[in-house]
Amino acid sequence: MYEAILIAGFGGQGVLSTGQLLAYAGMLEGKHVSWIPSYGPEMRGGTANCGVTISDSPISSPVVTEPTSLIVMNRPSLEKFEGNVVPGGLILINSSLVDIKATRKDVRVYYIPANELAEELGNARVAGNVILGALLELTRAVSLDAVEKSLREVLPAHRHKLIPLNRQALETGAALVRRPATAQAG
Amino acid sequence: MKKVFTRPRSLKDIPTHYCPGCTHGIVHRLVAEVIDELEIFDRTIGVAPVGCSVFAYNYFDCDMFQASHGRAPAVATGIKRVLPDRVVFTYQGDGDLAAIGTGEIVHAAARGEKFTVIFINNAIYAMTGGQMAPTTLLGQKTTTTPYGRDKEVNGYPVKVAEMLSVLDGTAYVARVSVHDPAHVVKAKKAIKRAFEVQLANLGFSIVEVLSACPTNWGLPPAEALKWLAENMIPYYPLGEYKKPAEVG
Amino acid sequence: MAKILMKGNEAIGEGAVRAGCRYFFGYPITPQSELPHYLAKRLPEVGGVYLQSESETGAINMVYGAAGAGARVMTSSSGPGISLMQEGISYLAGAELPCVIVNMIRGGPGLGNIAPAQSDYFQATKGGGHGDYRVIVLAPASVQEIIDLMRVAFDLADRYRNPVMVAGDGILGQMMEPVELGEEEEIQIPPRPWAATGRMGGEKKLINSLYIVPEELEQHNLKLARKYALITEREQRWEEYRLGGAKLVLVAFGTAARICKAVVDRCREEGLAVGLIRPITLWPFPQKAFEPVIEEAERFLVVEMNLGQMVEDVRLTVNGRRPVHFYGRCGGMLPVAADVVREVKKLYGGEGQ
Repeated sequence: MYEAILIAGFGGQGVLSTGQLLAYAGMLEGKHVSWIPSYGPEMRGGTANCGVTISDSPISSPVVTEPTSLIVMNRPSLEKFEGNVVPGGLILINSSLVDIKATRKDVRVYYIPANELAEELGNARVAGNVILGALLELTRAVSLDAVEKSLREVLPAHRHKLIPLNRQALETGAALVRRPATAQAG
Repeated sequence: MKKVFTRPRSLKDIPTHYCPGCTHGIVHRLVAEVIDELEIFDRTIGVAPVGCSVFAYNYFDCDMFQASHGRAPAVATGIKRVLPDRVVFTYQGDGDLAAIGTGEIVHAAARGEKFTVIFINNAIYAMTGGQMAPTTLLGQKTTTTPYGRDKEVNGYPVKVAEMLSVLDGTAYVARVSVHDPAHVVKAKKAIKRAFEVQLANLGFSIVEVLSACPTNWGLPPAEALKWLAENMIPYYPLGEYKKPAEVG
Repeated sequence: MAKILMKGNEAIGEGAVRAGCRYFFGYPITPQSELPHYLAKRLPEVGGVYLQSESETGAINMVYGAAGAGARVMTSSSGPGISLMQEGISYLAGAELPCVIVNMIRGGPGLGNIAPAQSDYFQATKGGGHGDYRVIVLAPASVQEIIDLMRVAFDLADRYRNPVMVAGDGILGQMMEPVELGEEEEIQIPPRPWAATGRMGGEKKLINSLYIVPEELEQHNLKLARKYALITEREQRWEEYRLGGAKLVLVAFGTAARICKAVVDRCREEGLAVGLIRPITLWPFPQKAFEPVIEEAERFLVVEMNLGQMVEDVRLTVNGRRPVHFYGRCGGMLPVAADVVREVKKLYGGEGQ
């Protein structure tokens, strides 16, 4: 198993923390993981992205230049990274925020209205986890249980009450891509 | 027979390299006498600068550091942060402290580092051949101001004691002179207070000592002392610019 | 003990604390700021001192003072700040003071940028400051290795009374990987009878790099040279990756070496006999790593995040016996595995230059 996942969006969308959560879950499952952010001024206001690698064997390069999966949280990120995804790879687009379509024909593309779904669950801030749930359903990179366990370890105790909501968000995303009709597979 | 004059324990019994009439020797002796009198010789660490007093580490018999040009206050900061129960002093000239080392001295003072600075102001760069110092007086001739220091070209002399005294981190700031015996006695008092302030953990202490450089001023020693009194003191007024209530 | 996910810059801090370092003096600069942030919190917890200096010049001279006073001490910075420290590093080497200096290298020259680079290799390994001196340079390539090498760095500094530089880059500092910290050990810092801590009834001690008499400075230089020869003999470190039967040997350190491991894997999958030598000590350069492979290796390809610096040491080592090629990206751009694979294929099996 080797998954090199690039998560890209605006600063402030929780892109970096979603990636850390994923890396943490991989670590809890005993896999080799690495997390690497884009850093510096580009973090502020502009695009933010991070690369997460999850693998059964030691990770040679932590730098995700050819992602097996791409999560896109804004339009500039789609334009910037679409071409880098490996043939046969996966692109997950937050269609609540991105109004254009992917152009690649050699990859699987899913459009997920993550913000709307998150708002239906009562909190727009879990949009990242909706799309993460979809990614995990499609890649099996880590289990939803490992993500929930990671939340328990990374969140301070007073925020543990948010864990059920996050779990719900993950499952909503997972369920959506199990029913391709609603997920608008591209 | 009663001995009335003897070498302080804190000074080594070796000849110095200083020129005839140079006042470094006097100030070395005052610092050494104060260290002896306060009985802190065994726990004192000195930091020597770059400049004429670069070999101060050979003359003071306590543990010594030799610092790079201007950085003695940073070196002393490192020492004192590791060994807060030791007594630490730097000995710096006007090129070292008031030009290249301005950043280090200002911030050590602002942080209230608990060490003592002995600052020798002789209004000239001596070791490198009599060039202009930041403390060179307006009109004063040096090898790099052959027509006299011109404020339009070189700006104004830096008044270190005044400048540092406005920082909240300084606890004791004084300017003294060593041009005659009465002033030497006063200078020693100030140096002793500076060390006492350090011993009482009150903050940063500095004594600026107006000194003579007959060689680079081009004057015989006696006339150099007279020149100091007549020219430097009016521009660099003597006195205690700041002192804590706890001392004298 | 369970693994934890840790950023490289934080791992430097934790590794230092676990190595017994209790003093940090430094000035903020990207991309290493998480390290001072971490130590500003961590050092007071263990009774240490974190002090933000007025400049990098101030920082390295505070290190000089603290090291001379007998402490395990460190500073950290990146390119421009390390340049400012060079005078102090020369003094530390001259006065033979142990300390650790971290350089999370960024793009240069000048203000350059804050993206990852390896363009300070020359500065780190060839002097940087004035005078005939050497600094031991360690180049970790993973967060776990950072933790492990920080201990090595402080121990080497003490063993040889010499500054040690840990050279990383922005990638290594920013990335998170699982690390095993192990049990926190009680560190016994070796006695330092030479430290100037106040005489306390003993002999006078002097921390100094000034030898005004040429005969004396020559003797001091020769003494340093003997020490550097000893370090060169004893302390070369490197990692070998799939070197068995390699016809083309990649040579890369730090982040570039991580990328080259991916290159080796891809090439091996395609049946190309490619391996990697990853220098861990940049100085002393691990010349010993090359002797066993030079018979079988037809050529070497050095990959760096600069325009060709370590390649000179590889050429000195190979000494004309085999062609040594170079591939580099610079300015904060990273070598991409696919591009390096292409470069390998271009060279593989070809005629010697």
